[in-house]
Amino acid sequence: MTGLATEDVGVRVGGRSLVDGVSLEAPRGAVTGVIGPNGAGKSTLLRAIAGVLPHAGRVTLDGAPLPRPGSRTRARLVGYLPQCQDVHWPVTARRAVELGRLPHLGPWSSLSRADTAEVDAALTKTDSTRFADATVTTLSGGERARVLLARVLAAQTAVVLADEPVAALDPGHQLAVMEMLRDEARAERRAVVVVLHDLSLAARACEHLVLMDGGRVVMAGPADEVLGSPWLDRTYAVQFGQGHVRSVPVVTPVRRLEAGEHRPEEHRHAS
Amino acid sequence: MSARVPVVMAVLAVGLVGALAGLMIGYVPYGPLTVLEGLAGFGDPVATAIVREVRLPRTLLALEVGAALGLAGAALQGLLRNPLAEPGLIGVSSSAALGAVIAFHFGLMAWADWALPATAILGAATTTLVLLLIARRAPGTLTLILSGIALSSLAGALTSLALNLAPNPYALNEMVLWLMGSIKDRSMDEVVLVLPFLLVGGTLLLATARGLNALTLGEETAQTLGIHLGRLRALVILGIALVVGAAVSVSGAIGFVGLVVPHMMRPFVGHQPSRLLIPSALGGAALVTVADTLARILPTHQEVMVGVLTAMLGAPFFLTLVLRQWRTMP
Repeated sequence: MTGLATEDVGVRVGGRSLVDGVSLEAPRGAVTGVIGPNGAGKSTLLRAIAGVLPHAGRVTLDGAPLPRPGSRTRARLVGYLPQCQDVHWPVTARRAVELGRLPHLGPWSSLSRADTAEVDAALTKTDSTRFADATVTTLSGGERARVLLARVLAAQTAVVLADEPVAALDPGHQLAVMEMLRDEARAERRAVVVVLHDLSLAARACEHLVLMDGGRVVMAGPADEVLGSPWLDRTYAVQFGQGHVRSVPVVTPVRRLEAGEHRPEEHRHAS
Repeated sequence: MSARVPVVMAVLAVGLVGALAGLMIGYVPYGPLTVLEGLAGFGDPVATAIVREVRLPRTLLALEVGAALGLAGAALQGLLRNPLAEPGLIGVSSSAALGAVIAFHFGLMAWADWALPATAILGAATTTLVLLLIARRAPGTLTLILSGIALSSLAGALTSLALNLAPNPYALNEMVLWLMGSIKDRSMDEVVLVLPFLLVGGTLLLATARGLNALTLGEETAQTLGIHLGRLRALVILGIALVVGAAVSVSGAIGFVGLVVPHMMRPFVGHQPSRLLIPSALGGAALVTVADTLARILPTHQEVMVGVLTAMLGAPFFLTLVLRQWRTMP
């Protein structure tokens, strides 16, 4: 397989195991969604792959192990959009996006014309050109989220990791961002891994899904298989109703399951 | 880059005018022509001696010390992502002063000239390192300032202890005068002594520009952009310790320059840390030169120490910043 793969990845923080024995594949050319309840270890897994948390196990890209975390060679391969959207200085949106080109610059060289072109393209893709010269700290949450996404896209990495990239966005921009990530994956053959809470969005935008709980992978596979599995309800302790609205998949929570009720046969499938 | 050039030129002009004024003003005022003649070495021998041996070292030291403090302030603010960070405010300068006082106390300078800058640099490095460890575990302005105050008080107490246990009145007098922060009565020897430390430290700090920019998006993101955080922190700490330690060792504690200068520069060059470094160094040089000249022309019966003057102007400035930040907080 060409793409990102983890083998038996584990993360322990302060003696506690947050992610344990995770092996998954995120092929190039597709969007892989990571879903699961709060505390399932989704963000921790993403941070481990991004190289900001030390981890056990192996992470490979196209079969080869990734370079050392914190190195520029790794930064040219793996882009990471964290959940936290802090920007510590009131720089312009354009300056923030330009930081995405850092891994491609020589130690003393400044942005070339090609770098600037990538920055412009990323601003256009995220619909952020309009406020490119505004200060990031004055932007709305949604605008800021798009600028930070543009920063990741400007890096042109083979792997894009995004931790809840649509959390701050209105429905229109949620769809736009997910479509954009899908286009990036398909057109540029990137492996895109996205942590999502909105299962309808996951059903619609992700080819593959990884369902996590308690730091482990419960189930992984094509999106419809994972969403159609009885494990979904059990993992979330929620009964989901599923169907289609004008051929768009919809997954919506119906009710919380009581303790002892988490059995697979509780699963309902209505179309 | 282009928008920065006029600002840099303006700051340079202020620095040069300040330096020229520094050479002209004094107990015996000289015109610009006499000063230039004196510098070149022809003209009235008394004027030449005064300009070259008294006023020139003082002016050069003002430029060196100011550049060091301005640059260190900008770099520290970038590293800690906090516009209130300043080497003097958070105990780095007072620890450098403690190191220097220890050198005075034990008479280490009799052993080697560079013992004074070396102990000052060591003191500055220790405190910066401790602050960084604290900032990593508990980020936030309040923690930083409070820990800085604690470290500053500790250094102050230990400095008082050194004064308390001074071996003789002569050493005590020497330490107290030095602690007030002045570049009066210095010689070219001191100008030359600190220069290598400033050059090495300054180069280290300028090399961190790109890493400091990446830190704008937080430590984790910086790391995924290919920035080696450990190396970046080490470079900034070493750089700040070298330039602040060296500056403090010749001038005593001159506070608030590192805080005020980056703030004065931001409206002109923007907030990106890399774009602030060189303008802050130049701005610091200009500010200390002008402040030192001002200290000389103030009509007081004893000359005001430049460290006293910067603190008197800088402290209210800092208070305004704190109030402004508090008001904009959600």
